[in-house]
Amino acid sequence: MEKPVSSSRPKVAIKGIRDGLLVTVDDAGAWEDAQEALLEAIGSQAEFFQGARVALDVGTRPLKAAQMGKLRDLLGDFGITLWAVVSESPKTQETARSLGMATRLSRPAPAPRRPAPSPAGEEALLVHRTLRSGMRIAFPGHVVVIGNVHPGAEIVAGGNIVVWGRLRGVAHAGADGNESAVVCALDLSPTQLRIAGRVATAPPRRGRPAPEMASVKDGQVVAEPWDGK
Amino acid sequence: MPGTVLTITSGKGGVGKTTATANIAAALASRGEKVVCLDADIGLRNLDLVLGLENRIVYDLVDVVEGRCRLRQAMIRDKRLPNLFLIPAAQTRDKTAVSPTDMVQLCNELRQDYDWVLIDSPAGIERGFRNAIAPADQVLVVTNPEVSAVRDADRIIGLIEAEEKGPARLLLNRLNPALVREGNMLDAEDVLELLAIDLLGVVPEDESVVVSANRGTPVALDANSRAGLAFRNIARRLLGEDVPLMPLEDSGGLLQRLGRLFGKGD
Ligand SMILES: Nc1ncnc2c1ncn2[C@@H]1O[C@H](COP(=O)(O)OP(=O)(O)OP(=O)(O)O)[C@@H](O)[C@H]1O
Ligand SMILES: [Mg+2]
Repeated sequence: MEKPVSSSRPKVAIKGIRDGLLVTVDDAGAWEDAQEALLEAIGSQAEFFQGARVALDVGTRPLKAAQMGKLRDLLGDFGITLWAVVSESPKTQETARSLGMATRLSRPAPAPRRPAPSPAGEEALLVHRTLRSGMRIAFPGHVVVIGNVHPGAEIVAGGNIVVWGRLRGVAHAGADGNESAVVCALDLSPTQLRIAGRVATAPPRRGRPAPEMASVKDGQVVAEPWDGK
Repeated sequence: MPGTVLTITSGKGGVGKTTATANIAAALASRGEKVVCLDADIGLRNLDLVLGLENRIVYDLVDVVEGRCRLRQAMIRDKRLPNLFLIPAAQTRDKTAVSPTDMVQLCNELRQDYDWVLIDSPAGIERGFRNAIAPADQVLVVTNPEVSAVRDADRIIGLIEAEEKGPARLLLNRLNPALVREGNMLDAEDVLELLAIDLLGVVPEDESVVVSANRGTPVALDANSRAGLAFRNIARRLLGEDVPLMPLEDSGGLLQRLGRLFGKGD
């Protein structure tokens, strides 16, 4: 049952989208209150937001450049990049454009979730970009990267890690202690590779890169050519 | 047509951002472009020194942003090139005196009257970097051919992509052909392979850069300097010309390899 809304305090909702977070602020109350609610929500999870790319949906609110600019600066102080502001208000759209921000999410929003067509398969995060130094992906399920993982980047997955590209950063699979997790890459040359609690540092490269899969065997992390078996 | 805002930045400090800003600005201006340089390194200004304009500073960027003077009053005209201007940084304030939004609004104004707005960014990934990047149409990342500088450049390139300001282009500065030949320095190919971005130019290690910086005369105006030629070539590439890398820029490449083959090299 919906509770009747007793105050007009704006509500803030946060959800993950394809690359980053979408923060939605509803239309209730004054913008200053909405901004406060937003900063409160973020402040309470500062760790989670650190370094995040955020898109903001402000519904029908017309925002002036001073308001939007101020918010961007405040978020910036949390280490958050405000890259897009989505709104039905033409005024807000114009403001966002004048401040050099996007007014649409770069890719169409995913279709509403329906029950998975097939019962087989597990939750995975697909990352379709180059991971550069300083970037960190942490996900409780599997992580699939289409692109290269540069030195200084880090992937932490509860499950397996699959890199369709060159893996040169740090990869930690089975981070919750799952020793049957694996790490595969077209070119497996990590700075450091961990599976559950076991650590392997990269052996020197021998010649041409070939697809490899690393797993724990007899308590050791070993990499073997991936032959599809 | 509104002008282009080009931000010159780096991850690691001291790799040559200020040098590149001054020289690309001078090279563009000497080709007839109207150019304004904006020193965004608040608290550590030195673009004015490299351009030899220090003694003419009355107002600065923070004065403009805080409304103490009009934009025009803070612009210093270069003594050699009448279409080159500088807006200096404040020396006595810190980076929080200016916000990214201030920078966007200021550049929107400058774009109307100038072909190029060049922003000299401070090193690092804090507020100063975000100030410098916020108004950018194009971003140039400067690095040296050293592993640590390249790693920091990779980090900055990622942040530029996250701000939707990519793809950044690369300026590889202080390449020493002799060291590359001996295998003691990363060459341009190694760096590009690591960073996976487009190369705008390579500037060789050249002591005339230091000499002319001390004199306040950009090396780009020195017809005999190799680094000067490299900066002039970069300016031409920015203007859309297809200028091949000059042989000394292409160190570690074909010429050296041929040299090695024929036992010349050193
Ligand atoms: N190609 C070059 N050859 C020789 N010396 C150079 C070259 N480029 C830059 N330098 C010297 O390196 C030093 C640092 O350059 P510069 O001040 O341009 O770096 P920066 O990136 O702006 O530094 P900061 O991060 O402190 O702002 C200066 O003394 C400069 O003269
Ligand atoms: Mg500098």
